[in-house]
Amino acid sequence: MRPRHTLILIVGVNSETVTDVTSTDFPGHWPGEDHAWDISKFASTFKVKVYKNEHEETSFSLIGIDASVANAYRRILIAEIPSLAIERVYIYNNTSIIQDEVLAARLGLIPLKGGEKGLKEFLKWYRKTKEGEEPDIATDYNTIRLHLKVECTRNENAAPGERDPLKLYHNAHVYAKDLEFVPFGQQAKHFSGEDAIMSTNPDILIAKLRPGQILDIEMDAIKGQGSDHAKFSPVAPASYRLLPTITITKPILGKDAEKFARCFPKGVIGFETVTKKEAATKGSGYEGHEGEKKAVVLDAMKDTVSRECLRHAEFEGKVKLGRIRDHFIFSIESVGQWGSGELFLESVKMLRQKCEGLLSNLRDMPN
Amino acid sequence: MAPKNSKKAAEAAPPAPESDVEMDYGSPSNEVLIDENSPQELAKKEQRIRVLPGSSATAASFEFKDEDHTLGNALRYIIMKNPEVEFCGYSIPHPSEPLMNIRIQTYEGTTASEALEKGFKDLMDLCDVVADKFVEAQIEFAEENPTEV
Repeated sequence: MRPRHTLILIVGVNSETVTDVTSTDFPGHWPGEDHAWDISKFASTFKVKVYKNEHEETSFSLIGIDASVANAYRRILIAEIPSLAIERVYIYNNTSIIQDEVLAARLGLIPLKGGEKGLKEFLKWYRKTKEGEEPDIATDYNTIRLHLKVECTRNENAAPGERDPLKLYHNAHVYAKDLEFVPFGQQAKHFSGEDAIMSTNPDILIAKLRPGQILDIEMDAIKGQGSDHAKFSPVAPASYRLLPTITITKPILGKDAEKFARCFPKGVIGFETVTKKEAATKGSGYEGHEGEKKAVVLDAMKDTVSRECLRHAEFEGKVKLGRIRDHFIFSIESVGQWGSGELFLESVKMLRQKCEGLLSNLRDMPN
Repeated sequence: MAPKNSKKAAEAAPPAPESDVEMDYGSPSNEVLIDENSPQELAKKEQRIRVLPGSSATAASFEFKDEDHTLGNALRYIIMKNPEVEFCGYSIPHPSEPLMNIRIQTYEGTTASEALEKGFKDLMDLCDVVADKFVEAQIEFAEENPTEV
């Protein structure tokens, strides 16, 4: 590795190795550089850029933040923000070919949605109890009851010779939309009409039945967090990647330029024509190539950093790939209970709350 | 729990409190109602930090209960940003124990617990800036890209 004297923000991506991976922005690391934590400096350098902001999906960049903090937000999104999922399944009758325990596991994974205000403010946590402890009491403000009662019957009106089970029988397929919400107590006030508890994706197939087979199931859905079980995770998924950089250090011209562009996803590399001025500049590498195509970087963000261009001898020493260490492109997809942008804010809030709680713990600590 | 019982319990449940106590967490998003049974509130009821034996004023290891890499790494980073800190590192001694350790060694002039306290505060400040800027960026984006109704 080359000796370095200042902080470098670009992680080098070579054909077989990576360089400058770890953050070194700490006091005392680089001679003459400060790097002490300074909130006003952070506030002036930190930037957020939003690319997409929809209920189900959001995409944005956090620029000027450390990986440890960006990763904390990502981990909170996946494992700590609560959401509602089916936790207990009471099977009164199941004569389908799918086993009780498999069916129960499938039901648990169905994403649910409902009135946002009700889910966040009215619905409380069902207290987790340790082994041997009396379980918490299920009430209208901590448990959502769902029913599934389906019987498959023959369709007498089916055309003779019909082979499609969906036409031949009634209820041959059981879907998530067949889950029926049974409001108790005050639940009707918070979860009715549009706000009723139902699956986010009504067409999730739960089971297939044949005439005479019955499903009669009651389910309890509670609030939980992804660290307990992935079914409680409100995102699918939340991830980030570092912004790629592509630097063309020596001209890539003509047929090579076309080949170079094919090494990247569409839209990453474009073409320009070598100008007269460039061709006249000595030492530019363009001498005598006026009017030829040259490769230029259009949009490095679209790159997947496949390193394909590093496999070809003709580009050797002409291109440098890298990623910007403090530019995180987040992509958060909500499963439907939360708005995706709101989810990120919630993760920031939860990290703050964690610190707040532990700070008071620290102050209460016996010395 | 028997299904019939839980059904009965649900029907006989006392009405949920109409207005819970409101608390401002200082972040710009909506205010949050306290839920006593939430993991966050349950965690507040116990002392989750312990100083491991062998500590001195300027060098101590803190053991955090029910914390993991999420807080560990972020806190390590922000404590390392303190010029008074000589060393900071975190570890999860065993994956099947819900414990996370942070080791802090400081120069003379401050103490390990002061450095930890500053770490918490700095991380909170950082979160406030991130939340503010994110909301700002969202509003800006919404103005630039009005959705068709």
